[in-house]
Amino acid sequence: MRLVRRDAPSALRSVAAVSVACVIALGLASLIFLALGRNPLEAYRAMVVGAFGSWYGLSESLVRMVPLGLCALGIALAARMGLWNIGAEGQLVAGAIAATWVALFLRPPDWSMVWLVALAAACAGALWATLASVLRAWIGVSEILSTLMLNYVAQACLEYLVYGPWKGPDRFPYTVYFPQSAWLPLWPGTRIHPGLVALVVLAVLLWVLLKTTRLGFEIRLTGDSPSASDYAGVPARSNIVLVMAISGALAGLAGMFEVTGLEHRLPHAVAPGFGYTAIIVAWLARRHMLGCLLVALVFGGLIVGGEDVQITLRIPQGAVGVLQGLLFVSVLGAEVFEHHEVRWGRR
Amino acid sequence: MTAEPSMLVAILHAAINAGTPILFAATGEVIVERSGVLNLGLEGMMMIGALSGFAASRALGDPWLGFLAAGGATALFALIHACLAVGLRANQIVSGLALTILGCGLASFLGNALVGEVAPRFETVPVPGLVSIPLVGPILFRHKGPVYLSFALTGLAWFFLYRTRPGLALQVTGDSPETADAAGIDVPLVRTLAVAVGGAMAGMGGAYLSLADTPSWMDKMAAGRGWIAVALVIFAGWDPVLAAFGSYLFGGLVAVQLRIQAFGYSVSPYVLSMLPYVATLAALTASSLRPRLRLVSGAPEALGRPFDREERR
Amino acid sequence: MDRGRRAPDAPPPPECALELRGIQKRFGQFRALAAASLSLWKGEIHAVVGENGAGKSTLMNVATGIYQPDGGEVLVNGIPVRLSSPRRARELGIGMVHPHFLLARRHTVLDNVLLGLPGVPVLPDRKALGERIRGLAGRYGLPVDPDAFVWQLSVGEQQRVEIVKTLIHDARILILDEPTAVLTPSEAGELFGVLRRLKADGTSIVFISHKLEELLEISDRISIMRCGETVGTVTTRSTTTGELARLMVGRDVVLDQTPGAPAARGTARPLLTVSGLSAINDRGVPALKDVSFDLWPGEIVAIAGISGNGQTELTEILYGSRAPVSGSFRLGCDAAPVTMSPRRAIGSGISFIPADRRRTGTAPGLSITDNLLLKSYREPPYCRAGFLDRRAMHDHAAELVDTYEIRCACLDQPAGTLSGGNLQKVIIARELARSPSILIAVCPCRGLDVGSIETVRRILLAARDRGTGVILVSEDLDEVFCLGDRIAVLCGGALVGPFPAGEVDRVSVGLMMAGARCGKEGTDASRPA
Repeated sequence: MRLVRRDAPSALRSVAAVSVACVIALGLASLIFLALGRNPLEAYRAMVVGAFGSWYGLSESLVRMVPLGLCALGIALAARMGLWNIGAEGQLVAGAIAATWVALFLRPPDWSMVWLVALAAACAGALWATLASVLRAWIGVSEILSTLMLNYVAQACLEYLVYGPWKGPDRFPYTVYFPQSAWLPLWPGTRIHPGLVALVVLAVLLWVLLKTTRLGFEIRLTGDSPSASDYAGVPARSNIVLVMAISGALAGLAGMFEVTGLEHRLPHAVAPGFGYTAIIVAWLARRHMLGCLLVALVFGGLIVGGEDVQITLRIPQGAVGVLQGLLFVSVLGAEVFEHHEVRWGRR
Repeated sequence: MTAEPSMLVAILHAAINAGTPILFAATGEVIVERSGVLNLGLEGMMMIGALSGFAASRALGDPWLGFLAAGGATALFALIHACLAVGLRANQIVSGLALTILGCGLASFLGNALVGEVAPRFETVPVPGLVSIPLVGPILFRHKGPVYLSFALTGLAWFFLYRTRPGLALQVTGDSPETADAAGIDVPLVRTLAVAVGGAMAGMGGAYLSLADTPSWMDKMAAGRGWIAVALVIFAGWDPVLAAFGSYLFGGLVAVQLRIQAFGYSVSPYVLSMLPYVATLAALTASSLRPRLRLVSGAPEALGRPFDREERR
Repeated sequence: MDRGRRAPDAPPPPECALELRGIQKRFGQFRALAAASLSLWKGEIHAVVGENGAGKSTLMNVATGIYQPDGGEVLVNGIPVRLSSPRRARELGIGMVHPHFLLARRHTVLDNVLLGLPGVPVLPDRKALGERIRGLAGRYGLPVDPDAFVWQLSVGEQQRVEIVKTLIHDARILILDEPTAVLTPSEAGELFGVLRRLKADGTSIVFISHKLEELLEISDRISIMRCGETVGTVTTRSTTTGELARLMVGRDVVLDQTPGAPAARGTARPLLTVSGLSAINDRGVPALKDVSFDLWPGEIVAIAGISGNGQTELTEILYGSRAPVSGSFRLGCDAAPVTMSPRRAIGSGISFIPADRRRTGTAPGLSITDNLLLKSYREPPYCRAGFLDRRAMHDHAAELVDTYEIRCACLDQPAGTLSGGNLQKVIIARELARSPSILIAVCPCRGLDVGSIETVRRILLAARDRGTGVILVSEDLDEVFCLGDRIAVLCGGALVGPFPAGEVDRVSVGLMMAGARCGKEGTDASRPA
């Protein structure tokens, strides 16, 4: 078998490749379900029904979509410029911590509360990303490793706070509840909070940014060919810092929405892997801003549906993680077949 | 004051113990990256190794069998990376990330039933004779079996890379795959083998965690050690011996962290737990600040670049 | 193997060492070889000529197992074979010296030779191999030090290593792809001596070049390739450069566009004054030594030299993407020396045609429109308040595509899908559309077909006539003499000249490129201080 490079992939071929990849991933996951003695078709059906089959399920999927989507937008934006932000998890935590600090300790007037909370969270996420981007831009430290290390540092900070100085009166690693002024309004009867609107608006804004602005042009140019971008006089360093800051701010906002929209206090497990799953979301969406929305919704549903079958079919925890990983691997493999033709035989 | 030497010995001994899992993974990664393939899947591979080692030891009743099984299983798992990054020439960064996510997910899922279980573990085996050497003996020769294996592997990796012909072929494959190809070396094969060996070693590093260091199975027990190993390889300038020293340095950090209370400082354990990650960042920064003149021990020149013989040059 | 047989004076021997029949090869849409053939007799030096893109290298890559042909036959010693890999080709006694050497730079000569040797044990006997290398080196006059690191070697020495690598496998068929392109005339002379000794030993040699005089000197027969086909094979003694040129191009060519006299300087001031520029390269090694010259409006200063002698560093400094260690340059009437950045260079009317047109000169994944506006996108009318005006960009691009006859399917097509010539036209169109006062062009014609070369040269001359000062960096002496009003030579990081074109001849420039004046510095530049 040989792979021969194609000039330009057709849309049909792309769709076909991704579909085949998804089928393969589902097939492989089925083997695991079978090994556990569960009917895979039943499991998938239960997942879809659990995630999208009822208003409640759908609303929960939309709730999970928010942090996934916000992190994925940031990751995708950075990836368009050739930067790997693996640190959305830590930036999300940083945002949640900053939001908590404003809500619990700064206590601004009620009318300004949510806005200041959001501002603080975005700044904290951006700052956390900037630690990595400055090292990358001026010293050349791989942003993959630095953002990743900062995830662990952020999680350690969070644990220090919720087990230590910020710990609430009961035995558990939580802070006390925020004042009511910091609680975001919910869609009646659901847990859908304004983060969903923010996500959609931000996705459209970023899409416009990439398509029609000077910065967008520079991002696409640098992502396509760093040396051509230097040649064209694009300010590489400041763009790296700026784009990573936007990316971090989006993750920081995701952290803010988790604590002010859902938890109303800071738990030690504010980031159960959203930042990592968002990498898959961004990649499956082909780093496309609007695509991130769609894929984030599907993955939000995957989480909700997964929790569902975990209870109803007594499938061990983590099945969704495996399914996500398999999807990632097989879609990555499929991308190769978009850009290459397969020739069989010896010549 | 008499306590001080024994405290130092204890810390250095603990440094080696804590550094060993990282050493296995980092030495493997040196081999992989020297072949021109970037493997960011180490974290996932260590998790797969930790789980399969623990499960196999429990099933077969012997930690060494578990250890070997971990190496084998993780080598197979690493072949996914080889398929994607070498066979299909996919982006190596994404492929590695995908393997980390898949590996952590699989280990968490499959290991669910093993949480809280026990399995035969490695016991400390002092080397007769050598252990009675003052200072050095208790530091180097009072360890669990795989530690001695890791000493041997470090030397073996060095010898292989710099003295043997296959080692030369591996290096050239990573520096200039076109040259290796023209010299009749099967570039995809060399890279695939390197990925498998690197995976096996990461798996053994993981198994050391679950069979010797911790020793039990816990989800997320690699706790970033795989990523630290990736960073260490850069810090060590792609040299197996320096990678070993780097691993022990990080092991020392962990050892000090666990004993800092004993020195009478009261620092939150959560703050201390940041130490290895902050130190990794510092080490990365330091190694990036070094002068760019690193021809002989710098990064493999074709690192991360897929090889396609018919790509028009 | 009939060792020692002298072919050229005897009637053609019937046996062929290597025969390629009707070879076809495609790369995607591009047909590189249509029906290429070659029959190499035993013990002859067989030259292959053709323009860039005629398929010479592709054919040789088929003959050495690097490319798999889509059709045709390969025969070695009269037996049909399938060359599935470079290793298989080598087993059959075919050795090749590539134009860009395939050497592991961080290893020693010995390691490089060792790498390709079959049947070496896991723990090789390096000492014995070193002796073998010295023995071969002595026999054919190829002095190489087995323990030297490749990155320390000069280009000529690296080529010797490549030849030793093939000889150590007992290659009976030796293919040299443009071996003299990177050599100084004296090094080329030494190479010819080696080739004659090899021929005397019965080795059959394929020699690819586009320097016709050279071929007439060294070869026994010459095959001519055009557009992926072999259009003829002639005996060297009975042909002329004129006939070869006609066969190569398929018509009579006039590449010698006579440039008009450069504009009189009059009271004008120089556009650019470079004084005492020194720089180090990426490895921290001195790459430019005290370079000074000036550039006046309406002239072309051609800087000749073999690449790797400081050209990259010089042009990058002038364009601002590299900082000099010492020295400075002034632009136009500015009294003060400037600190450059690409941004400022673009702003002060310096255009730059870089050597790497696929990655640096263009962004291959972006559309033709975007690439044509790579430098103007941030200025009005294309950008207002941070937003791009797509319509204005499109109109401008359409106009340039028209003016410069860039052949493309549509403006949204990724630039990477264009052919080399059209891609270069995109770059030139963009650079000249900004009506630069200074144009720096690095090897603007490298790899282009003859039609494109004519166009590019015409455009450069036209720009000069409009008053642009052009700095042309080139390896090609023809180009230097055809276009240059003043000619300078860069060797080992030192600049000699510029001299008015009438005051130097090819021989002296060739000697200067070879380092006649700068002596050993040419090789020292690649070594750490």
